[in-house]
Amino acid sequence: MTSNKNRKESWLVLGASSSVARAFARAAAEDGADIILAGRDMDDLGRTAEDVSVRTGRDVDVIAFDAEDVASHAAFVEDAVNRAGFLNVFLAFGAMPEQDEIDTDFALAERSIAVNYTGALSVLHRLAPHLEEQGDGHVVVLSSVAGDRGRLKNYVYGSAKAGLNTYLQGLRARLFRKGVSVTTIKPGFMDTDMTWGIEGMFLVASPDQAARACLNAARKRRHVVYVPFFWWGIMNIIRHIPEFIFKKMNI
Amino acid sequence: MELSGWGRALTAEVRAWRPERAPGLAEAFRAEREDGVIVYAGGRSYGDAPLNGGGDVIMTGRLDRILSADWESGEVVCEPGVTIGDLMRIALSHKFIVPVSPGTGFATVGGGLANDVHGKNQHRHGSFGDHVQWVDLMLPSGEVKRITPDADSELFNATVGGIGLTGIMLAMSIKLRRVKSNAVLMREKKARDLDEFLAMQDEAREKHAYVVGWIDATARGRSLGRGIMESADDSQGETDAPPGGRIRMPVEMPGFAMNRVSISLFNAFYYHRLPFGGRERQAPITQFLYPLDAIEDWNRLYGKRGFYQFQCALPEVESPVGLRKLMEAISGAGTGSFLAVLKSMGKWGRGHLSFPMPGYTLALDFPSKPGVIELLDRLERITLDHGGRIYLAKDGAMKAESFAQMYPKLDEFRAVLDRIDPNRVMDSDMSRRLKIRG
Repeated sequence: MTSNKNRKESWLVLGASSSVARAFARAAAEDGADIILAGRDMDDLGRTAEDVSVRTGRDVDVIAFDAEDVASHAAFVEDAVNRAGFLNVFLAFGAMPEQDEIDTDFALAERSIAVNYTGALSVLHRLAPHLEEQGDGHVVVLSSVAGDRGRLKNYVYGSAKAGLNTYLQGLRARLFRKGVSVTTIKPGFMDTDMTWGIEGMFLVASPDQAARACLNAARKRRHVVYVPFFWWGIMNIIRHIPEFIFKKMNI
Repeated sequence: MELSGWGRALTAEVRAWRPERAPGLAEAFRAEREDGVIVYAGGRSYGDAPLNGGGDVIMTGRLDRILSADWESGEVVCEPGVTIGDLMRIALSHKFIVPVSPGTGFATVGGGLANDVHGKNQHRHGSFGDHVQWVDLMLPSGEVKRITPDADSELFNATVGGIGLTGIMLAMSIKLRRVKSNAVLMREKKARDLDEFLAMQDEAREKHAYVVGWIDATARGRSLGRGIMESADDSQGETDAPPGGRIRMPVEMPGFAMNRVSISLFNAFYYHRLPFGGRERQAPITQFLYPLDAIEDWNRLYGKRGFYQFQCALPEVESPVGLRKLMEAISGAGTGSFLAVLKSMGKWGRGHLSFPMPGYTLALDFPSKPGVIELLDRLERITLDHGGRIYLAKDGAMKAESFAQMYPKLDEFRAVLDRIDPNRVMDSDMSRRLKIRG
C-alpha cells in the first residue's frame, strides 16, 4: 500500500457536539489532521472549532448538518468534500429515546430510525463515491452494542443500530475494494451524556479513551471494535443466551 | 449520586448535573429545585466546598473548551472546566504561562477563580483572581452578566474566592504571562530548624520568583521545623518536555499504611536524600509546579476513610511564634503528615473571602482517624490566636465562629449575596457549616 506522508489528512466529524466526537476531534487534530465539524448546534461547534484549533494549531472548519434532513445531505457532502483534504469520516451522531416513552409515542420510534438508521445511511451513501474515488481513507461509525440483540429496554434503538451494522458490513465490502476501511465501533458503557445518570454503570470508558480507541481502530483498519474491549465478551454471552430464557430476562 | 472532595473524608448524596454544552448548563441551573445548588468543577478542593448534600450539584468538567487565544497579548478566554494544567501546556507552546497555578494542574480555571488559588510565586504574582480580566457569570436570577474588576467590582470581589456562591461561571478571560522557555532553574537547600527555614525564605522571596518549602512535620526538639526549601526562577533555556507517563494508584492503601512510623520514615528519608550543600538544576515548569500530578489518584494513599488537609496563613509578625506552636501541636499529636508545605506569601487576595495574606502559609494532610478533629480544632485555635485564617479550598472542619473572625470582609460578601441571591439559590455543605449566609 502506498501512503503519501505529505497529503493533508482531514477528518469529517458528523454529530460533533457529543463528548466523544469532541474528544475525537482533539485527538485526530493532535495527530496532525485538519478537522471539519458537522452538526446542528452551530454555537457549540464554533466553540469546539476554536478549542481544537487553539490546542493543536490545525485548521478546523464548521458545517451545518442535520442527520434527519436527508434532502440536504447531497449538498452537504459536496460542500464537505470540497473543503476537505484527504477525507476520513467519523460518524458520531445518534438518538436514544427511552424505550418506555417510545412505547407510547410512535413518533419517537420514527425519529430514532430517522437519525440512527436512515440519517446515517443517507450521508454515508453520498460519501461513498468520493471515498471510492479517493482510493484510501477511513470511515469510523459509532454504533452500539444495542444492535447485537433486541432487548426489552432498548429494542427500537437496538433494531436501528442492528440495521446500521448490517449496512456497514456491506459498505465495508464495497469500499474495501477501493482501499477504504470501514470500522464499526460498538461502545458498551461510555461516560457520556447518553448514559449520564443511569444506575448500575461500571467500568465506563471516558470520552478521551473512547476517542483514542476509535482512532487506533481506524489506523489498524479494524472491522468491528467493542469499546471498552471486554464488551466483546459480555455481548458474546448475551448473544448466546437461548431466546426462551432471554425473553424472560429484564435487561 | 455520592460525591466527595479530594480529601474524601467528607461525602454528600446529591442530585448531579453534568452539562456538555452551554445551553445545558443554563438549563441545569434554571431547573426546578427545592434545595440549593453549587458547582463541582475539577474536584480538587479537599473538603465540602463543592458538596451540597440533599441538594443539586452542577459539574462543569465537560465544559472545557478554550474559546479564543491571542498569542500577541496573551489573553485567553476559557470555559470554566478547562484545567489549569491543559492551559499551561498550550500556553507554553506559545511561550506563555498561566501566571498563577496551584500545586495541581487538574484544578480548573473556574475552581481556580472560585477559590482564588495561589502558587509558589504568590509573593511576586499574587493569586489567580489577579489575572482574570472578566467573567461571564450567570447570576442566581438567571441573568448573565460580564463582571470585571472595575464594572461592579463588589460582585467581582465576591466571585473571586467566593467558593461558587455568586452563581455559575460561563466563561472567563485570563491574561497569561510571557516567558522565555518552558523551564525553571530550581535550587534546593536544607534548613535545619524552623528559625533557619523562615530566615531562608525571607531572603529567598526577595530574590526569586518561586519559593516553596517542604517541612518535616514529624521532627521534634532541636529539629522542629526542619525541611527543604525550593526556590526557582524562569529559565532562559528550553528543556526537554517532561515525560508524559503517569503512575496510577490502582487501589486504596489499607488505612493503617499511613501510620506514625511509615510517615516518619518517609520524612526522614526525604530530608536526608539531599546533600547539605543543596543542589541546582533545570526542570520543566510543569514538573516543578505539579510534582504530585505524576501519581494519578494519589489521594487513595490515605485509604477509604480519606484525609483532611489543614492549611492556614499567619500574618508576617505572628509567624515565628505561631508556626512554632502549630508545629509543636502537630509533632506532639504524633499523627504525622506525609506532605507538609511551608511557604511565604506576599500579597492580599482581592476577593472578600480570598485566602492569601502577607506572611506564611502552612499546609498538612492528616489521615481521617479518631483524634483528627480534635487536632484540627487545636490548630484552628492557634491560627485564630495569631490573627491567621484557614483556607476554604482545603477546609472541612472549621467552626462558623472561627470563620467569621478570620474573614473580616465577610459582611461585604454577605451584602453582595443578599443583593444578587435573596432566595438563596446557591448553597453548599460548606456554606451551611460555616453559616456563610449568616
